[in-house]
Amino acid sequence: MASDTGFDVKRQYGFSTIAVICFVSLYLPVILLVVYSFNAGSSVAIWEGFSLQWYRSAWANDQVQDATIRSLVIAFWAALISTSVAVLAALATTRVRRFRGYSAVFAAINQPLMVPEIVTAVALLIFFAGIKVQTGYTGLGYLILAHSAFCIPFAYLPIRARLQGMDLTLEQAAADLYASSFQVFRRITLPQLWPGILAGAMLAFVISLDDVVITEFVKSAGQDTLPTYMLGQLRRVVTPEVNAISTVLLALSVTMVIAFFFVTRIRK
Amino acid sequence: MKKTFTAVVAATFVAAPAFAEGTLNIYNWGNYTSPEMIEKFEKEYDIDVTITDYDSNDTALAKIKAGGHGYDIVVPSGTYIPIFVGEGLLMELDPAEFKNFGNIDARWMDVAFDPGRKYSVPWQWGTVGVTVNTSVYGGDINDAALVFDPPEELKGKINVVPEMNDVMGMAIHYVGGKTCTGDKDVLKKVRDVLVNAKKNWLSMDYGNIEKYAKGDLAAGVNWNGASMRARLQNKDIAFGYPKTGYPVWMDNAAILADAQNVENAKLFLDFIMVPENAAMLSKFARYANGISGSEEFMPEDMKSAPEIVVPAEVKDAAYIAETCPPEVSKIYTQIWTELQK
Amino acid sequence: MNNLARIRERRENRNRWLLLTPALVILIFAASGPLLITLVYSFLTAGDYGGVKWEFSTDAWFNVFFQRDIFDDTLSFADAHLSIFWRSVKLSLLTTLGAVVLGFPTAYFIATRPKHHRDFWMLLIMIPFWTNLLIRTFAVMELIRNEGTLNTFLMTIGVIDAPLQILFTETAIIIGMLYVYLPLMVLPLYASMERLDFSLIEAGYDLYASRVSVLRRIILPLVKPGLIAGSILVFVPSLGAYVTPRVMGGGKQLMLGNLIELQFGQGRNWPLGAALSITLLAIVMVALLFYVRVAGREGGGHG
Repeated sequence: MASDTGFDVKRQYGFSTIAVICFVSLYLPVILLVVYSFNAGSSVAIWEGFSLQWYRSAWANDQVQDATIRSLVIAFWAALISTSVAVLAALATTRVRRFRGYSAVFAAINQPLMVPEIVTAVALLIFFAGIKVQTGYTGLGYLILAHSAFCIPFAYLPIRARLQGMDLTLEQAAADLYASSFQVFRRITLPQLWPGILAGAMLAFVISLDDVVITEFVKSAGQDTLPTYMLGQLRRVVTPEVNAISTVLLALSVTMVIAFFFVTRIRK
Repeated sequence: MKKTFTAVVAATFVAAPAFAEGTLNIYNWGNYTSPEMIEKFEKEYDIDVTITDYDSNDTALAKIKAGGHGYDIVVPSGTYIPIFVGEGLLMELDPAEFKNFGNIDARWMDVAFDPGRKYSVPWQWGTVGVTVNTSVYGGDINDAALVFDPPEELKGKINVVPEMNDVMGMAIHYVGGKTCTGDKDVLKKVRDVLVNAKKNWLSMDYGNIEKYAKGDLAAGVNWNGASMRARLQNKDIAFGYPKTGYPVWMDNAAILADAQNVENAKLFLDFIMVPENAAMLSKFARYANGISGSEEFMPEDMKSAPEIVVPAEVKDAAYIAETCPPEVSKIYTQIWTELQK
Repeated sequence: MNNLARIRERRENRNRWLLLTPALVILIFAASGPLLITLVYSFLTAGDYGGVKWEFSTDAWFNVFFQRDIFDDTLSFADAHLSIFWRSVKLSLLTTLGAVVLGFPTAYFIATRPKHHRDFWMLLIMIPFWTNLLIRTFAVMELIRNEGTLNTFLMTIGVIDAPLQILFTETAIIIGMLYVYLPLMVLPLYASMERLDFSLIEAGYDLYASRVSVLRRIILPLVKPGLIAGSILVFVPSLGAYVTPRVMGGGKQLMLGNLIELQFGQGRNWPLGAALSITLLAIVMVALLFYVRVAGREGGGHG
């Protein structure tokens, strides 16, 4: 995209260098993590030679497998729900005149960000326990609801940032051509909004995947997620078994990314 | 595609465990329940066991108190048993219903936290002492001063497990006080000792086995099982029992008052009191178990381990950790906060 | 005309609340409701073994700011709490700053890649975060340990003679939080940079602006919403961080999240924990008010 003269308008000195440093430091710990998953010893920090024993033991450990799948299922739902409602909320609160209750709504949306997890966790425990006793339902719904709630601000803020200052003229032109407001949304707003939505959904997914404290307090019998399983191990011993699982998940996501990459290229 | 989606939806919301006859829900510390033993239990009684983890007594207490949890068995530390009982959370047991009840070691039968074992049976027990790297420090290791007033060579290489009651207790005994004391003169000394000692500590952290083995840490307040695991990686690591007094703790299995699978839970308690099964627990968790007769089934490396078999000369210095009254506990928290500010 | 405008406004209003309802229902159920419980708890008496007794008391609030000396009963500021507050704010600000320094160029780098490559680069940022937070933190810990990869490397190439003690210091906490929260900065920044209008920048250069002044006068104002969103997403969770200070700081220096956890856990003083949480909330409110004001000004232009 350089202009004819060879002068690159996009260039800023040092930015690419910092970006490279950033990527390297992001991946350095990940590489170590992968390396130690092949450790022959039972340590996540002392290398004792190559072995696949932790993959075998992870494969044989039902508790770890269940926890991993449960984490992914919850994160999937939490990301889906929170991103959907965040898109709607962002449309209602961005590029509009100030309305009564604007500040209150904004504070409400961002509130999960502001309260330390342990506080929400204790309060949710008391609240949900009451419902559990009343209804007898103890399924994953509580965890998904709780996760969706604290994911909303993480999904909302990138979408809002994208929406702010998005070009209004296209939408207005479409409306002038008698497109219905839904059509305008689907054909014009949504495609433009897409990077924001993707960013929001990815954040929500990751945030849900990482949650420890709230999950620990909300979960019912047999609902350990990978983080709560690991938290339980923290006081005793952490073995490379978890590295092995993480590596498998990583490999899975890398495969997904590569597939995604090729699909979009072919389409182009 | 649509089919997969429906399947995911179904799997998500219908996954609530069916409370059929053959299930048992255990709520226990993470990485603490021998999978081998659970498998044996499942086979023997055709019961499907689900294990869910917690990471602290307080979390377990808060969750069970709130209700609606769906657990049958919980494994709180001795110091928490009176609290659980006081809140009416545990089911009273009838020893006559357990054919292996007599296997409980006499020492663990009439314990202060559950006299006569009316509510709980032993799971695992251990001690809190000092782990020392003997290649760094060559002196007497049965001494709390290694942490509270460390010699030059250990300074800056000390870790203290962040367990308020254990550390406070050890410090109180170090200055000559009694367990759960509210005596202000003693506590003042305790605070001064701790605040001065903290300057020489590197960290107050749990997961430390590798750091001892690798030499990042040279001494510290630690659990015996963790210390043994470090020794197995580095033979210079030794475990000392402070002469001034060191806490002994025990985790105990109990049935919850609102358990759904009471009969299965009883079967399980009886099952873990069989010496062979208790030894399986020890083999996995690496602590002693409080069931007499289990010794012969214990793994070789534990039978004579100095971390498990307490040397005669320091046997009397042990004290069993107790539940301190709330007003005393409050002062401890204050000192503890000041320590970590 | 006037009537028409009013009808339109009413319809707009109704639509707005319809759009907001799903988010608000979830939030009221699982976030605001619990917060009310917390507020109520901060005015109750601590239960003997955790929990609360339903007796009104302002002790908890008193104890947030003041303490009665355990030994001579003198009254003073709660020096321990204040220094923990200060540490939390300081470390969170530094983390946010670090995230901007690293995240801004990275987001810019991604946003200036060819269009069909950008999603790929974004995913590259995200992949490390698909692994669990705890295991990621352990990996960073392994990197900066005394005998860890970084120190060994630096010693081998002869930059330093003795290992740097990074682990269990405040620096370690900042590094750990940076590693955990960086994508929260990059993503919103990228979202607002992605649609940067480079013809504006070209116009800037046509008017002989330097690269620095283009960055400061054109790019920065355009991506400000993203920058602010990113800063909040990093600053606020850092303030209440719990796992990272515990693992990377070695538990020796508490941050607010740990102090609050202590009250709900071993300390068994739920009202104090609740009062501390509300105090933390107040600090965050100040930061957010600032955001609403700045963002409101931005949005005003489109009115």
